[in-house]
Amino acid sequence: MWKKIYEWLDERLGLNDLYKNILDRPEPRGTWWNTLGSASLFLFILQGVTGIFLMVYYTPSPDHAYDSINYIMNGVAFGWLIRGIHHWGATLMIIVVFIHMLRVFVTASFKYPRELTWLVGTGLFILTLGMGFTGYLLPWNQQSYWATTVGTQIAGSVPFIGDFILKALRGGPDLSALTLQRFFAAHVWMLPAALEGLIGVHLYLIIKHGESNFPSKED
Amino acid sequence: MSEGELSRRSFFKAVVGIVGGIIGVAVGVPAIAYLLDPAFKSSAKESWISVGKLADIQVGKPYPFAFAIVEVNGWERTSTSHGGFVIRKSDNPTDMIIFNSQCTHLGCTVNWEADAQAFICPCHNGKFSKDGVVLAGPPPRPLDRYTDFRVTNDGILEIYYKGS
Repeated sequence: MWKKIYEWLDERLGLNDLYKNILDRPEPRGTWWNTLGSASLFLFILQGVTGIFLMVYYTPSPDHAYDSINYIMNGVAFGWLIRGIHHWGATLMIIVVFIHMLRVFVTASFKYPRELTWLVGTGLFILTLGMGFTGYLLPWNQQSYWATTVGTQIAGSVPFIGDFILKALRGGPDLSALTLQRFFAAHVWMLPAALEGLIGVHLYLIIKHGESNFPSKED
Repeated sequence: MSEGELSRRSFFKAVVGIVGGIIGVAVGVPAIAYLLDPAFKSSAKESWISVGKLADIQVGKPYPFAFAIVEVNGWERTSTSHGGFVIRKSDNPTDMIIFNSQCTHLGCTVNWEADAQAFICPCHNGKFSKDGVVLAGPPPRPLDRYTDFRVTNDGILEIYYKGS
């Protein structure tokens, strides 16, 4: 019976074609270094899921942000686990994305016809750093408060338009409720939406071009 | 390969399935517990509240008391004030009436007016007798009472607060 259901669905959705074209494509003889892209994707999904879960209890207001995270850590069943995964997953994601990028660079996989994959990838890297920067403020503790103070100050040191950038980032001249709110909005919607879009393009390009062979000694 | 022998492919399929299932349960159960956590918590608001030393409460004279109940919902604390009057009828430690000082009309706090020998609500002049009976004004029913009370071994009068 399952077979019949599957066939019915396959006829309409083209599941077999999908599988063949997306997952069953030919690969060069790979190494573990080739898995870092998938690892990044997995971490992105993990961060997304745990992030959605954290949002159930987190409040992005200066009055309650710290207390709500305290509550997640001490008052909610497995809250420590969900936040722990999100916390360490964030660190791991930066590392994995960076090593992935390094691998692509070292094996010269960014060359024709994959220049756009590389370009989109650099965008993904910058967005990932943006996720790290905005997420760091959300606990609203001393460490995150001053890290964001310094971080936005650095952005503010740009000649001529620095002051404008600083105010745009902070939502005013000082760190305030507006800063927390806009970092939250960036962290949970703007950056993730941009990431998802670019990940889609990145994956399409990888499926279209296939993965590159590692350069041989002759190259 | 002979019949019944496990192929490399089906071995890996089985291992991936089993390991994936274990991870799924290990992650899924905490995830559900995390989401439903507030539903599992008991909302115990009831407790014994100390009113005062029994020895300090004179017979026949309304003894005012007040206490605050702090409710904690997640990271939010809500404090509500409550109060009342103890009226001892005799030296017998159980012979007393304990009123809730909240007016039964709209919930203002009534005061004991010794001159009038009555509880008078400042909001709409509701008037209650020493027994809590409505004498005048808009209140629809007598003053509410704390009926559960006890005197501890240390001589402290306590009432049982059940929430409102």
